[in-house]
Amino acid sequence: MASHATGRGPRRTAATYVRRGLVLVYLFFLVAWPVSLVVTRTFGDGNHLASTLQDPAVVFALQMTVVVAFWAVVINTVFGVGMSLLIVRYDFAGKGLLNTLLDLPLSVSPVVIGLALLLAYGPRDGYFAPVLDAINLQVVFSVPGIIMATAFVSLPLVIREVVPVLQEIGTEQEQAARSLGAGGWQTFRRITLPSIRWALVYGVVLSLARSLGEFGAVKIVSGNISQQTQTATLLVEEKYLEFERGAAYATSFLLTLIAVAALVVVTVLRPKEEKA
Amino acid sequence: MGIEIVGVNKSFGDFVALSDIDLSIPSGGLTALLGPSGGGKSTLLRIIAGLETADSGTIEIEGQDTTNVPAQRRNVGFVFQHYAAFKHMSVAKNVAFGLEIRKRPKAEIARRVEELLELVHLEQFAHRLPAQLSGGQRQRMALARALAIEPSVLLLDEPFGALDAKVRKELRDWLRRLHDEVHVTTVFVTHDQEEALEVADTIVVINDGRIEQVGTPDDLYDKPASDFVLSFLGPVTTLGDRLIRPHDIEISRVEQAAVVDGPITRWTRVGFEIRLEVTPTDARYAPVQVSVTRTEAHALGLHPGDHVWLRPAVGAQSVVSA
Repeated sequence: MASHATGRGPRRTAATYVRRGLVLVYLFFLVAWPVSLVVTRTFGDGNHLASTLQDPAVVFALQMTVVVAFWAVVINTVFGVGMSLLIVRYDFAGKGLLNTLLDLPLSVSPVVIGLALLLAYGPRDGYFAPVLDAINLQVVFSVPGIIMATAFVSLPLVIREVVPVLQEIGTEQEQAARSLGAGGWQTFRRITLPSIRWALVYGVVLSLARSLGEFGAVKIVSGNISQQTQTATLLVEEKYLEFERGAAYATSFLLTLIAVAALVVVTVLRPKEEKA
Repeated sequence: MGIEIVGVNKSFGDFVALSDIDLSIPSGGLTALLGPSGGGKSTLLRIIAGLETADSGTIEIEGQDTTNVPAQRRNVGFVFQHYAAFKHMSVAKNVAFGLEIRKRPKAEIARRVEELLELVHLEQFAHRLPAQLSGGQRQRMALARALAIEPSVLLLDEPFGALDAKVRKELRDWLRRLHDEVHVTTVFVTHDQEEALEVADTIVVINDGRIEQVGTPDDLYDKPASDFVLSFLGPVTTLGDRLIRPHDIEISRVEQAAVVDGPITRWTRVGFEIRLEVTPTDARYAPVQVSVTRTEAHALGLHPGDHVWLRPAVGAQSVVSA
């Protein structure tokens, strides 16, 4: 009897269809429909995309977003892998505290993070102002500050993807590599990294999506100066408030497109890998 | 030569895993570290490999002090219970790993991998991933991988522990034959006394972080140094005040000079063997387990409930019970 049921998966009843229907309706009204409106508005009355891309402020903001997201992702990837190894492979005092701290960026509002960075690295009364002045590095209201804020908010994403995989693979493969003569770096590159690569790619894509979309922390830290420190999300808000809605929709559409493209690339690549 | 272990101690927190181990493992032999789980045998193996560091003491491999040499420079082949296969590499790549690290020429690596895969009978699986192999095949791959670097010693940590009984037995015979071919100094850890008795030239019995006895399988079986060794190497029972193997007891239905006598109170048939329990009439003594073959029982005319007389068989080994 059991084999009869498992042969074709669970039995489908009316309740199954009701449950599926609920999920679909929920996702449609919360996600699909609103996002599709952005797309239809972008291409609705005249092609806003082409005209918007003529605007140097838009081009600048998009470039800025890409550069910031790139560096934030690079920093989070290197730091995230290191942190994950530290958390999984070593025991030290304060590990629990560190674990909690790593989740802080996800639980605290980005606006608070922006303010905190302003307090620490701000130009006049910031904690590190004398030091930063001395080496002539402006952090807040410039690109380094924006990258910092973005890296801060997307900090845990790589770590939370990589840690469970590291825990699951254990250390035996690494020990085997050691006994076969591999040094620390060779073991990492040839054994550890390939084992965690899909978790890493997924973490990177999530970080990228999060970095592209960061708004609150960046708004406070950047100063939101057009063509100097304005990222795409800040531009969307500004254009929207200034009734240049076409430009706002078109820029939103481009942001969505990059994020969706990244997710699609991962989904397409992943099953191939697992089949092999 | 071989492996010389002097004064090795190792603790994990309060737990003493190894205390004052002195052991010399002969070159070219097949040595078993035998003992119950948690007795310290795996820890000792991992210390020899450099995967664990001893708190004190020294390790010498083939005349070279390796106490402070890191694992990757000890030239030791290590095989893990759960294979530790490199999951993202093909079988051939797994075997080639140590040679690639050593930057050997490509042609040499290819030739050597082919030889080794032939040796472990996996030549037709070279391009599969480890996930597509059975447990026994994976362990043979792991062995080829360890042998590829021409290790000065080969260490196997419960190599057949994760396999089912039949594959286990096959691999055991195969390891014995492989060793006769390759002659590399081999040490393997096991908690299965049958495995140790069947495969090893030398057995080291380890219990509670100490070495109980070192000797050939025959030595250990015939001249156990302690009641622990006697009882770990096979079934034992108490006859009077001595420990003895159940098949070393002479049983008779006719009254004769005997250590104890009493009725047969239990009768269990296991294949060709019959296991009896005799409860001595003298209440000071514990029930005695006796094992006889079905044919013997038939010849002696034994039946459940019969009153029998028991004494050690001629030449039987026994130890005063603690």
